[in-house]
Amino acid sequence: MSAAPIDLTGDPRRRRRESAVRSAFLAAALGSVLITALILYTLLGDAYRFLTLIDVSQLWGSGWFPSRNEFDVKTIVVASIVVSLISMLVAGPLGLGAAVYLSEYADPRTRRVVKPVLEILAGVPSVVLGFFALTFITPNIVQAIWDDANQFNMMAAGIGVGILTTPLMASIAEDALRAVPRELREASYGLGARKRTTTLRVVVPAAISGIVAAFILSLSRAIGETMVVTIAAGGSGSAAFNANPLEGSITMTSAIANLAIGSDNPSFGSSFVSLYFVGTLLFLFTLALNVLGDRVVRRYRRSY
Amino acid sequence: MAAVETAARIDLRNPDAGRERLRERLFEGAMLLALLISLGVLLTLLFDILASALPLLAERGTGFVTAGLSSFPENAGVGQGIIGSLQIAFVTAVVAIPLGVATAIYLEEYAPDTWLTRFIDINIRNLAGVPSIVYGLLGFAIFVRFLGPRDLGGIVNLTGGRSALAGGLTLAILALPIVIITSAEAIRGVPRSLRDGGYGLGATRWDVTRQLVLPQALPGILTGTILSLARAIGETAPLLVVGAVTGFLSTGGASFFESLTQSGFTALPIIVFGWSRQPQPAYQDALAPAAILMLLLFTLSANALAIWLRNRYERRV
Repeated sequence: MSAAPIDLTGDPRRRRRESAVRSAFLAAALGSVLITALILYTLLGDAYRFLTLIDVSQLWGSGWFPSRNEFDVKTIVVASIVVSLISMLVAGPLGLGAAVYLSEYADPRTRRVVKPVLEILAGVPSVVLGFFALTFITPNIVQAIWDDANQFNMMAAGIGVGILTTPLMASIAEDALRAVPRELREASYGLGARKRTTTLRVVVPAAISGIVAAFILSLSRAIGETMVVTIAAGGSGSAAFNANPLEGSITMTSAIANLAIGSDNPSFGSSFVSLYFVGTLLFLFTLALNVLGDRVVRRYRRSY
Repeated sequence: MAAVETAARIDLRNPDAGRERLRERLFEGAMLLALLISLGVLLTLLFDILASALPLLAERGTGFVTAGLSSFPENAGVGQGIIGSLQIAFVTAVVAIPLGVATAIYLEEYAPDTWLTRFIDINIRNLAGVPSIVYGLLGFAIFVRFLGPRDLGGIVNLTGGRSALAGGLTLAILALPIVIITSAEAIRGVPRSLRDGGYGLGATRWDVTRQLVLPQALPGILTGTILSLARAIGETAPLLVVGAVTGFLSTGGASFFESLTQSGFTALPIIVFGWSRQPQPAYQDALAPAAILMLLLFTLSANALAIWLRNRYERRV
């Protein structure tokens, strides 16, 4: 004989509260989707409006002069690429070297002290590094090596951005190196390989996709960096086309910053709306890099 | 029986041992050098700033900390910047922390594994990679114009236009993905068995989350939120786009909360930016470094606090 069925549905008041809580949390989570939608809406809407306000020929010329309605896209894109390439020449070796040392050589005590210091370096605001690039890196490093370098130059800006991205580079690369299983290293030692050979021929190749991801994500951060470039690479809001790192120029980010500062009385004309056009360009560049970097990271996570 | 014949001893030593050892040393040295340069930069930066800032702070004392923006270098101070940064950090914390933690709880504790959940997850990770200045463009379009005064194209004047409230809301949106990601990580770190124990006792999901999961995840959540607030305090570019004032600013006698919606605000990083572009040497040589020192006091101590909290918590588990 079976007992009478027990009602397991529980107290209706408790269940109502439970579903209210769930809905509130879902609403919060959907908020982040709303933010993306708003970003796309504002960027694309005004970027489109910009393109209808101007003639396409205005997007190709001798330089970026918003007040003269000359919006040469290659000027700001090339400057962004020059600055971020220089920054990767700094952050790549420094970040990777620091990661290799911390992951393969440092004893636990050293790592416990050094890692927080690197994280503090990551916490230095970009405006501070911009000031440092202008007042320290330019006179003491850039102009000391190339004495004809301009006071505002992309080299100092690139070095500053590189310093800023080094901790990110080091942190992702170290995660990748430490994810390489011990057994691989021990097999290499067992074959008689030394530490350097093991690191270069076994550990680094095994972690290569994580290291590539570190490069890609750092590059994305470098392209999106604004203040260092605005302060150290010149900031009059306009610039002729220039790919020489010893001269100043204007990047996608500093073009936005400069237009925004000059917008105290926005007439909302084409030079102002160009903000959103450049913003869209910047958004697409970094989104592509981030998606690519994310893919690569997930591939290395799956391999072990 | 004859003794087992032993093989001739094999020489395991490498004839090139000396050169090999040197190469080993050089490689390790090069890696260490990369690390030391990274750390050396931080020391150089701090030393450079301190050397320029300390004489001015010794001369001006607390006057520099309380004085407002001024066109005369000898009167200029960071008082308005400190108030503005505190207002912005307040708004950011009030908006980003509840929203971010709630989203993290949903994703980790409630969300079923559907396409929507995966979409939200991917979306948040991409938001974390959006350059900060793009958030400035978004904040300007929404908080300054759409929710601002009519002459800027607004429909209801909630924010007062270029106000500390608009700046704080913009940085809240910027900080949100970081709060979500770090909180979700902290919640994920709570062991399954703890939840199962709660459910076994007949607790509902919310009971388990509130009474078992959140207390365990609290140190991790706290670390993440402090780090994101530190980042928000140091952000400059989005505030420039939203319309922070780099020159002279009159705040009147309004209180901390009244002036939240007052048009015209500034913040410590904005002052650093403004002063680093001034042509007079007094600004670059002393005033900007002193303002940087104030800014670093905020951001680096917040960072150090977060790192300390995390290390303490990690060792305990």
